Amino acid sequence: MITEHAATPARTPSIGDYEPIIGAADLNALRAFAKPLRTKRAKMVNATAVGGGIAEILNRLVPLLNELGVETKWEVLTGGDDFFAVTKAFHNALHGGSFEPRPDWFELFLAVNDENRRRLLFDDDFVVIHDPQPLALVEARALLRANWIWRCHIDLSHPHPDVWGFLRPFVERFDGAIFSSPSFTQKLSIPQYLVYPTIDPLADKNRELDPAFVTSVVEKFGIDPDRPIVTQVSRFDRLKDPVGVIQAYRLVRRFADCQLVLAGGGASDDPEGGLVLREVQEAASQDPDIHVLNLPPWSHLEINALQRASTVIVQKSIREGFGLTVSEALWKGRPVVAAAVGGIPSQVIHKVTGLLVHSIEGAAYQIRYLLANPDVARRLGENGHQHVKENFLITHNLKRYLLLFLALSAKS
Amino acid sequence: MDDTHAPFRFVTASYLVLIRPERAWTLGELAEGLRTCSNASLFHHTFQSLERHHYTRFSSDFAQWTLTACNEAQLAERLASVDVRDCVTFEELRDAIVTPIASHLSMSPASANRAAFEPFFFCEHESIEVPLGPQASTLRELAEGIRLLDLQTIHHHFINSRVRLHLKTNDFSHWIRHNLGLTGVAQRLDRIDIYMNTLDDLRREILSAIRSEVYA
Repeated sequence: MITEHAATPARTPSIGDYEPIIGAADLNALRAFAKPLRTKRAKMVNATAVGGGIAEILNRLVPLLNELGVETKWEVLTGGDDFFAVTKAFHNALHGGSFEPRPDWFELFLAVNDENRRRLLFDDDFVVIHDPQPLALVEARALLRANWIWRCHIDLSHPHPDVWGFLRPFVERFDGAIFSSPSFTQKLSIPQYLVYPTIDPLADKNRELDPAFVTSVVEKFGIDPDRPIVTQVSRFDRLKDPVGVIQAYRLVRRFADCQLVLAGGGASDDPEGGLVLREVQEAASQDPDIHVLNLPPWSHLEINALQRASTVIVQKSIREGFGLTVSEALWKGRPVVAAAVGGIPSQVIHKVTGLLVHSIEGAAYQIRYLLANPDVARRLGENGHQHVKENFLITHNLKRYLLLFLALSAKS
Repeated sequence: MDDTHAPFRFVTASYLVLIRPERAWTLGELAEGLRTCSNASLFHHTFQSLERHHYTRFSSDFAQWTLTACNEAQLAERLASVDVRDCVTFEELRDAIVTPIASHLSMSPASANRAAFEPFFFCEHESIEVPLGPQASTLRELAEGIRLLDLQTIHHHFINSRVRLHLKTNDFSHWIRHNLGLTGVAQRLDRIDIYMNTLDDLRREILSAIRSEVYA
């Protein structure tokens, strides 16, 4: 039974609520950078209002920009299921997947962007387009003086040539592009900025919790709070290698007592999720110390509690975008064992903020090491928390947008 | 900061990171990239990297990559020992970094083309500053202002200032020396070790040096 005191929904934070976390000096810096932008207007455009990391970030970022005096609107692209099937195929192809288009796909993409271009008003000083779905809205810039920025949240290092060849001319009409890692970029004729994705320390997923609530969540799932807990939080996706995590756990169990928690859910747009979940349950094969938790998408407080209760957190992905679940774990001061893929090495500096691994055996070895060396685990957790505080909080994202707006204003 | 008898004008400073298309997959390519990269790139990987050095073994990005991606520990240590405080121009800084790499590659030619574990991504620094209202006319006011600055601004005034001023000093010492004539406290600030302190530690040491003069 979840107690009520910790599960009370948090109100939407204001900028001042971040002061105890980032300090008055950093807050004053944000206000100072926003001050010259108070007569400016910005617009953020993405493809979805709910669900997904981008919507989560914009949900906080847009109110904070407005509170700092930079009038910012958030517009969401409208389109039918057929359009989003096309953009999903584009998304997978940009990540390096295969691509077998139907003849009308490129035309449909342009037509939906064109409808939205006529629906939306672009009379702002800055227009930020998130990800590829609304890319062709940049056609609107011909008649306007706004600065256009493309915020690419995905890894573009190995795009399918057909899709990239189609989208690239749109990208190069922007004033600049933002990427999450230098390794995610392409050679482009426009400036490319580095901005890390961030987590919100005041969101349900990350905010401080009452220890009694944490214990109640752990017990609710039948996990023993008095024994070591090794956890991976990820949707049930083969790229997150949940079966590999079980294999690593079995290697650990030859030498050390612990329980394994695999907590996640299936994304609604991932038809393989159910199949992978069954594979994971089969691999767990009735081991009472393996807890496979298929949680609904609104389980932010439960995930938060499970992370806080964990002795070690694992992220043994085979491929990864930026992998913000790692920052979520580090923020909670947990020691992390993670695969050196995607954006994870930016967050986990080996032996400083966590431990990087390249195999199932490596993951098992480092989990054993942390279970046997709690002082080292604690130090890694403390460093990790500080690293996230300095680089991966939403206030950093806010600052980068303010700086970019200032830089573009100066240039124009 | 060059005006004499002028108040110290505080700013709020930060920066954007621009990802350059140039990448180095070998030490030879790094050396070549270093000869042609922009001053803003050189600055980013040496001066600006001092901001986050407490997480890595070396503060120079070039030294860190040479160690972790090329496994060339000896060269990495030599690159790490290049002290940005000895360089007041980018030409000096560029020479100070390229020379040990060239020397290493001449002694060990096979290292030039050995593939690194991961590429070095050249980035650039775009500094942005906005004036803050407060100014300082006395040492006490300077200390109060420093106390309220965010850490990136401390970095701007105390570390990045060297290339900006083309002097082996920092904004605070420069102002104290030229406007208050307090050479002793200016020298004490100049002696603070920017390599062995975090930015928080730097602020504490700066304030301690100033306050010892104020309350002497």
